[in-house]
Amino acid sequence: MSWYNKRLAKSLWVFHVSASPCNNCDIEILDLLTPRYDVERLGIKLVGSIRHADVMLVSGIVNQKIEPRIKRLYSQAPKPIFVVAIGACMTSQGVFKESYNRCKEVKDVIPVDMWIPGCPPKPEAMIEGIAKLIGVLNE
Amino acid sequence: MIDLLFYLIVFPGLLFTAVLGLVVGWVDRKVSARFQYRVGPPFFQNFNDFFKLLGKQTIIVKDSVKSMFISAPLISFGTLTLLAMLIGMPLFLGEGFGGDIFVVMYLMVIHSVMVVLGGSSTGNVYSSLGAGREIKLLLADELIFIIVVLIPVVASGYELDLTALINAQSSGAFIGSVHGVIGFIAGLLCIQAKMTMQPFDIPEAETEIVEGPLMEYSGPLLGFWKLNHFMMYVVYPFLLILLYLGGFNLQGWGILWAFLKYLLIVVLMIILKNTNPRLQIDTALKFFWRILFPLVLLGLILAVVGV
Repeated sequence: MSWYNKRLAKSLWVFHVSASPCNNCDIEILDLLTPRYDVERLGIKLVGSIRHADVMLVSGIVNQKIEPRIKRLYSQAPKPIFVVAIGACMTSQGVFKESYNRCKEVKDVIPVDMWIPGCPPKPEAMIEGIAKLIGVLNE
Repeated sequence: MIDLLFYLIVFPGLLFTAVLGLVVGWVDRKVSARFQYRVGPPFFQNFNDFFKLLGKQTIIVKDSVKSMFISAPLISFGTLTLLAMLIGMPLFLGEGFGGDIFVVMYLMVIHSVMVVLGGSSTGNVYSSLGAGREIKLLLADELIFIIVVLIPVVASGYELDLTALINAQSSGAFIGSVHGVIGFIAGLLCIQAKMTMQPFDIPEAETEIVEGPLMEYSGPLLGFWKLNHFMMYVVYPFLLILLYLGGFNLQGWGILWAFLKYLLIVVLMIILKNTNPRLQIDTALKFFWRILFPLVLLGLILAVVGV
């Protein structure tokens, strides 16, 4: 199993779920693919379909409309899948804490493996988070 | 019998093609990354990707035609293995049988047909769109590709045997003549379309219809689709080398020369991929039928005349 986990750690394919974000985190996520950070060095690739993904990157605020969609996407993903929640909205509901249309925290909807706080988190912070995930897999 | 099994599974066939294809796939990703001033993935990236996909869960779509959904990537994998053997045997061992060029032509269509069947079996809108586009692309490039194969046949004095085609080029490869140059360029563009690489990646447009026919595939089945794509990196350039560049001479410096021939075609493909944006389907059809078709026909006439 550890042999397989090492393979998995070296090729994490990421699917990005925009759960009604303000686009700030999304821009920082796309920053990771640019020449300055280039996460393809670590084997990380952004894929377009949840069926291909190993990591589900969730950003934004969970509201009434997005809750069933997140649940459905999680059930459509092939296991093993890791959920990484990005941004202050995910970790503490951020500026939307008192908002009328928020419904639940993301941890009550799907199991979350990793939190990366920040509004938006720096690309370095995201890479550190992914590196920690890789470190857990390599153990 | 044992010999044939060895050819099929180990040397020109499955293992050799798969390993070389995965390595060349890494070259593609690395060079593409350097084109964009990035560092690019490590050497064993594609191996890791493939083994990772083998261990993932396979989700079989509820509304799909299950038999087709499962068998499409496997049949395609089988035909590509056969193709690798059929093209590799004349190239490396000098063996073949009469008329094997027809078998090669038929087997090459099967991969596209399987992409269409596998894509349309899922019932997903994007997959069906991709399957439809694959048919249109097949219509666009197939006739050109047949004529590209026909030019060396005519130039060699109507030989239909791959070994005879190599022997006909022992005095000088076909690329040394005008019709050879025309055929080689058209063949390169046809390969680009058959592999659905960048200017012609219309069926698998990642940002537009999310990998089209492959969208609903997961786990090992997706791994086999990816492996098929990497095996095509070996099969199609080898066919082009066989038809136009005079095959391989595997003695002494010939090994280096053979390596350079293969590298030339792969690098040309990667440069084409990285410098061209995706065409629309009608533009691609127009390009193949209005520009490339008259050009290839001219090449065929020149081959008949003997220029």
